[in-house]
Amino acid sequence: MADTMQFDLVSPERNLISVPVREVRLPGAEGDLTAMPGHAPAIVNLRPGLVTVVAGDGTETVFAVTGGFAEINNESVTLLAERGHPRAEMTQEVFNEMMAQAHRRVQAAKERESAGEELVAAAVKLLADMEALGTHIGLDPNQANFPH
Amino acid sequence: MPSLKDLKNRIGSVKNTRKITKAMQMVAAAKLRRAQDAAEAARPYADRMAAVMAGLTAAAAGSDLAPRLLAGTGEDRRHLLVVMTSERGLAGGFNSSIVKLARQRLQELQAQGKQVSILTVGKKGREQLKREYGDLFVHHVDMSEVKRIGYENARQIADEILDRFDAGEFDVATLFYNRFESVISQVPTARQVIPAVVEESEASASALYDYEPDETAILNDLLPRSVATQVFAALLENAASEQGARMTAMDNATRNAGDMIDRLTTVYNRSRQAAITKELIEIISGAEAL
Repeated sequence: MADTMQFDLVSPERNLISVPVREVRLPGAEGDLTAMPGHAPAIVNLRPGLVTVVAGDGTETVFAVTGGFAEINNESVTLLAERGHPRAEMTQEVFNEMMAQAHRRVQAAKERESAGEELVAAAVKLLADMEALGTHIGLDPNQANFPH
Repeated sequence: MPSLKDLKNRIGSVKNTRKITKAMQMVAAAKLRRAQDAAEAARPYADRMAAVMAGLTAAAAGSDLAPRLLAGTGEDRRHLLVVMTSERGLAGGFNSSIVKLARQRLQELQAQGKQVSILTVGKKGREQLKREYGDLFVHHVDMSEVKRIGYENARQIADEILDRFDAGEFDVATLFYNRFESVISQVPTARQVIPAVVEESEASASALYDYEPDETAILNDLLPRSVATQVFAALLENAASEQGARMTAMDNATRNAGDMIDRLTTVYNRSRQAAITKELIEIISGAEAL
């Protein structure tokens, strides 16, 4: 069995990264998981969180993603994320914008009369995950300038 | 017969026009390259999305639990036409070809007694449809402030469409845009996005996957994203087509201006020659009369 597999991080606008890796740690919607070569094929929903990529020589690269999903295969992992930023590029500014967007989603879901409880709950959960992500990497989720 | 001075002015002004159209052509060529690169870069995501979608929908389409975005509302009565055009003109038949296709579809649907509403993206299509179908407009997305099309733009349009779908405003949504084939050929295209069209694929490959949390949850999450992705792809195709159409149109305009200058120059030279000949005749006949 090969000890590395192909990892692609794809955003709608471009391919962010495409490298051989030893393992990938993903923020699954129902809990974190690690994918290594030879993983059973799976499609996993992701929550906003951090993706850790471990290269063949053991160096780790961390990305922040705003949710999406991952397609895991025997020898490749493809992560489709609407937004992905290397950890180093995650500034308070970028995070504020993400938070504002999550806030808007909650607002929009609440305003919509026909929206079921589920939609609101999903939006609220997204917001909470986003906050957790920020706290985790040391950014203040309350700085996002948004009227409550 | 225009005077020599008139002709000279005319030639000067056509020359200026030619300079402008030439410049526009070159600008369009540069923008086209960028638009094509953007469309190219967006392809992996769209392809992956489509592949996963195909696997999922094949599994879910049969079941009763299929989300409404996939199964539809069970009706085919109310249609939403999303007409995507450019913000600027001078792009040959770019906008009118989209509008023509949309209008044709609209008339078909109305003839079948269906209820139609229109959502416009871009000013030009709105202007062309306003007089006839202004009362069918439900929303307009202004793209004039957008310098570079981002996924965010597509998401906003998709959200707008999805909100209306959730509110029960329509049963079927179709995008109208120009598919970019080459610089000289852009094909007006209608693409149904709601309910999602299931693409044929080898369903056997999908059966191997484990889904977490489960098929339905993933599908519920994926379908709105898929709409946004399709809108994004349409926006990018449209942007490339617009620049391609403008490039071709401006190339033609430049060539026409060149032809016109040649013709006017010939007329100018002839009349100048005629004037000289006339003067000579006058002098000679004056001398002979003495």
